[in-house]
Amino acid sequence: MLPPTHSRVTLRVNGVTRTAELDHRTTLLELLREHFALTGSKKGCDQGRCGTCTVLLDDRRVNSCLLLAVAQDGREVVTVEGLAGAPGEDGQLHPLLRAFNDRDELRCDDCAPGQLCSAVGMLDEARSGQPSVVTDTTVPVDAPVRLTTAEIRERLNGNLCRCGAQARIVEAVREVIV
Amino acid sequence: MKPLEYVCPRTVAEAAAAHAAHPEARYLGGGTNLVDLMRLGVERPELLVDITRLPLDRIEELPDGGLRIGATVRNSDLAAHPLVRARRAVLSQAVLSGASGQLRNVATTAGNLLQRTRCGYFHDLGRACNKRVPGSGCAALEGVNRDHAVLGHSAHCVATHPSDLAVALAALDAVVELAGPGGGRGVPATEFHRLPGDRPERDTVIEPGELITGVLLPPLPDGTVTRYRKARERASHAFALASVAAVVQLEDGVVRHVAVAFGGLAHRPWRARRTEAALLGTAPTAESVARAVEAELAEAVPLRDNAYKVTLARDLARDVLGALTAP
Ligand SMILES: Cc1cc2nc3c(=O)[nH]c(=O)nc-3n(C[C@H](O)[C@H](O)[C@H](O)COP(=O)(O)OP(=O)(O)OC[C@H]3O[C@@H](n4cnc5c(N)ncnc54)[C@H](O)[C@@H]3O)c2cc1C
Ligand code: SF4
Repeated sequence: MLPPTHSRVTLRVNGVTRTAELDHRTTLLELLREHFALTGSKKGCDQGRCGTCTVLLDDRRVNSCLLLAVAQDGREVVTVEGLAGAPGEDGQLHPLLRAFNDRDELRCDDCAPGQLCSAVGMLDEARSGQPSVVTDTTVPVDAPVRLTTAEIRERLNGNLCRCGAQARIVEAVREVIV
Repeated sequence: MKPLEYVCPRTVAEAAAAHAAHPEARYLGGGTNLVDLMRLGVERPELLVDITRLPLDRIEELPDGGLRIGATVRNSDLAAHPLVRARRAVLSQAVLSGASGQLRNVATTAGNLLQRTRCGYFHDLGRACNKRVPGSGCAALEGVNRDHAVLGHSAHCVATHPSDLAVALAALDAVVELAGPGGGRGVPATEFHRLPGDRPERDTVIEPGELITGVLLPPLPDGTVTRYRKARERASHAFALASVAAVVQLEDGVVRHVAVAFGGLAHRPWRARRTEAALLGTAPTAESVARAVEAELAEAVPLRDNAYKVTLARDLARDVLGALTAP
């Protein structure tokens, strides 16, 4: 019997079903890093400001530091490790990872896992026509949003790069779109 | 954080019953504010009632042209909804101007309205704060108060409400729908958040255990135009220093409907009734808009560090109203 402050939680993580018995205070980030040894997602500000803990949860990008793991039972998570290629796919890198690698000059790479997950989520959001605050309000509501530099910058604003390589990151994302 | 129990009910009745059975229970929406505050020790719940799997995640169009937004609709889904974008752009713009894509994917409509102030002293357990510990004093009164209120504040609390969404809802005459032990009720968005008075620990009129089930948007007259503008410390991903939401309908150049609300200036979204009264039934000019805005902001009582907010709000409101009433 688990104490009332603990629960068993099952998630699909990078395509694999995993279970853990958790204290309810455990965040999704802590579950990934400390229980599942997926240390790609980083703990930064732990307050949803810096974005370095970003993962995809049921295909949406989220800050895993602010989510309680118990509340995510049954959901699907993709971390940066999952973007590096599922087993059996010859370790195919996601094209964004390749573009980031090609432009890896200034960075310490602390923010990269979160930037990558955020960019993958953002590309899907734009493709499905979700607006940002800089989106032209006259465009039809169901058309994909054209990702100008202003759009990319705005949409990646939840991810900070302390090395100042943000401009390179925007370039890498642009390269993947065209 | 204290050890916690957790339940995830599937009906509103179960959620209310679970909450009522425990004195230190809190509803859990996205958790983007609650978890943060729990980590700081500002919130100390012993039971979380997760409401994100209740059937409250829909946006429905009503027969009269109104909209009902479920309490657990995610901020990103609300902002992207075709009927919101097409007819109530102010709401979409307000939501999109807040937080980041990651946060909006998690944050819920109700959680956004019930998020707590970003006053730094409220977050700092080492400082006096009447909102956190009633009767302990207010460190912001004599402290750094450039982010604080210029309207409707009291000697007990000068905090602002941080939500952008709430400001748009105030201008849209939305009604917050609540379910509680005593049944359901609706509260106009303009009266949902409280002024601090001598009870700043209460942000809203919500009673203990009451659950927000949704938000009702009344129909808007044809030809209504709306807009949200927000000023902040950097270009994006920051709370409002001041913001304005406006809803205007003109007929032959004459204002038939006008609603203006300010954000970042008070303990609640601030409906500018004096501005509205001055414009209604008139054919506005740049001068009359300026006078109408001045009529409201003349009420402002800035603190030591935040007189700039009055100028900022004035310029935002003139700009937005000027654009919406331009011939
Ligand atoms: C870095 C950062 C930047 C941000 N910037 C902005 C910004 O610029 N503008 C802005 O408006 N917001 C901003 N936010 C705040 C964010 O929008 C809120 O945290 C979010 O909207 C809260 O929603 P939630 O569902 O996560 O609420 P939760 O954290 O789950 O809940 C908040 C409160 O509401 C209660 N609650 C939740 N749902 C209900 C319900 N249905 N009935 C009764 N009680 C309920 C909870 O018990 C809790 O007390 C920012 C947040 C962060 C972390
Ligand atoms: S302004 Fe309000 S929230 Fe801030 S310290 Fe004073 S009482 Fe607390």
